[in-house]
Amino acid sequence: MSGIRLKVKNLHKSFGSVKALAGVDLTVEPGEVTAVVGDNGAGKSTFVKIISGILVPDEGRIIIDDRVYTHLTPALAIQEGIATVYQDLALVNCGDVATNVFLGRELTRGIFLDRKRMYSRARKVLEEMGINLPAVDMLVGLLSGGQRQAVAMARAVNMGGRLFVLDEPTAALGYKETCLVLDLIRRLRDQGYSVIIISHNLHQVFSIADSICVFRHGRVVSCTSVKHTDPETVVKLITGTETA
Amino acid sequence: MAVLWQRAKANISVGTGKYFNQVLLVTALAVLAAVLSLVSPHFWQWDNAKNILEQTAVLIVMSVAMTIVIASGGIDLSVGGVVALSGIVAGLCLKAGATVAAAVTCALGLGSLVGLLNGSLISLLDINPFIVTLGCGSIARGLALILTQGIPIYGFGSGFACLGKGNIMGLTVPVWLALAVALLGWVAATRTKLGLYASAMGENEEALLRTGVPVGWYKTGLYAICGTAAALVGLVLASRLNTADPTVGLGYELQAIAATVLGGTSMKGGASSIPGTVIACLLLGVLANGLTIVSVQPYYQQLLIGIIIIAAVIVSERKK
Repeated sequence: MSGIRLKVKNLHKSFGSVKALAGVDLTVEPGEVTAVVGDNGAGKSTFVKIISGILVPDEGRIIIDDRVYTHLTPALAIQEGIATVYQDLALVNCGDVATNVFLGRELTRGIFLDRKRMYSRARKVLEEMGINLPAVDMLVGLLSGGQRQAVAMARAVNMGGRLFVLDEPTAALGYKETCLVLDLIRRLRDQGYSVIIISHNLHQVFSIADSICVFRHGRVVSCTSVKHTDPETVVKLITGTETA
Repeated sequence: MAVLWQRAKANISVGTGKYFNQVLLVTALAVLAAVLSLVSPHFWQWDNAKNILEQTAVLIVMSVAMTIVIASGGIDLSVGGVVALSGIVAGLCLKAGATVAAAVTCALGLGSLVGLLNGSLISLLDINPFIVTLGCGSIARGLALILTQGIPIYGFGSGFACLGKGNIMGLTVPVWLALAVALLGWVAATRTKLGLYASAMGENEEALLRTGVPVGWYKTGLYAICGTAAALVGLVLASRLNTADPTVGLGYELQAIAATVLGGTSMKGGASSIPGTVIACLLLGVLANGLTIVSVQPYYQQLLIGIIIIAAVIVSERKK
């Protein structure tokens, strides 16, 4: 299984008089981690919601491998292999780990849930990702922050994700849990998947990303390999004290 | 090792939380039964037990459906109106010469139609379920009154009477119906996508939407089920009393909500407990029966149900 090549061209999105995106062009290559950085209100979240099918752009194209779309729906995005892990993780606390890993794609036998098969498959997915959880029948509400993040990522993998969009995946985590999540991202990349990571933490971005795209005022002001830039330059691009 | 310890702690916590409410309810039921059997020699009689089961049967049918709706983060206040309208429609059909099967189908179909209307308005127009179902309940009640000019219809023949008074192995048909509905409700809540999505909707609707689940369809289905259950109650009552009364079912929604909350399902939605709801229905049934036996005016029962709802919500929220 390999990642997908995502290209967005000239994406525009306005909310009333506010221009959230004003012509975004961006390419994500398979087997690469692309970091999207920018100040609050730069358009990162709008961009994520458009490629996840939650928002419809006013203008522009989304090209997945060779298929061209004017917009996506959540179901179409999932079908195309775009799996988004939002900052709030979108987990159901009263459900167990397996239920959350399979949410929306439950295994059934007739009209009944096939829990036995869901447990065994969830165990396999977690094992393949190197995630160590107490049990797949444990309620998600009882897990730690890092474990919950891991469950959300396991769901993304189980959905058949080939491009993972991770919105601030370590924002609410401690040091150990952050290491666990970053390790997971590296493993996804090594398996050939594409990853987009939205983060405010530049140190982390430089430690994990292959390329960095800086958003400012709804535009991508710079998209470059991490090897050809440094945190100071990126900060200047974010704040607008330096132009690309 | 740390992972194993985390699991052990979680198991104890979940196990305690999951069954604590049901154990508490069964204990309360046992204590109440013990007190009532001491107060009155008539309480501990098989005939009285059957009477309690028959009176509680309709509440179980309605509360099981209400539990799944409340678990989804919604509420259905139209059930009382649907109970009245379905009885009237069945009565009018029978009076017009329709067969029992046709009358029952019409009434059940109407109940599910009201439920579909509730669900469609809630999911398509994103209107608060409280307002939508209150309005639909009022419409149903209004239609029942208009169709009969406020006068009850009675005398439906022996075929229809089987539904409310028929006897199978010493228990009446409504009791068997309640058992079947409780079992179906439990299976649906714990073993099917519908039950899983109902709880997930109540807990985090956005999560379901993001995974591409057609939440609106499932939500509409839940209200349709609740409407059908209310229609079944209307049929049972009309059959048992041989009368279709347009004012029947007043305050039924309150009793169903009381049983649901008392049974351990949070008003905010999330995990549901069908066994808890059934035990709560029995508790309310025994309480009503006990108050009648000790000659307490029925008005006080209303007051007591109000107090129970508030107390149950306080306990449920504190637990969360």
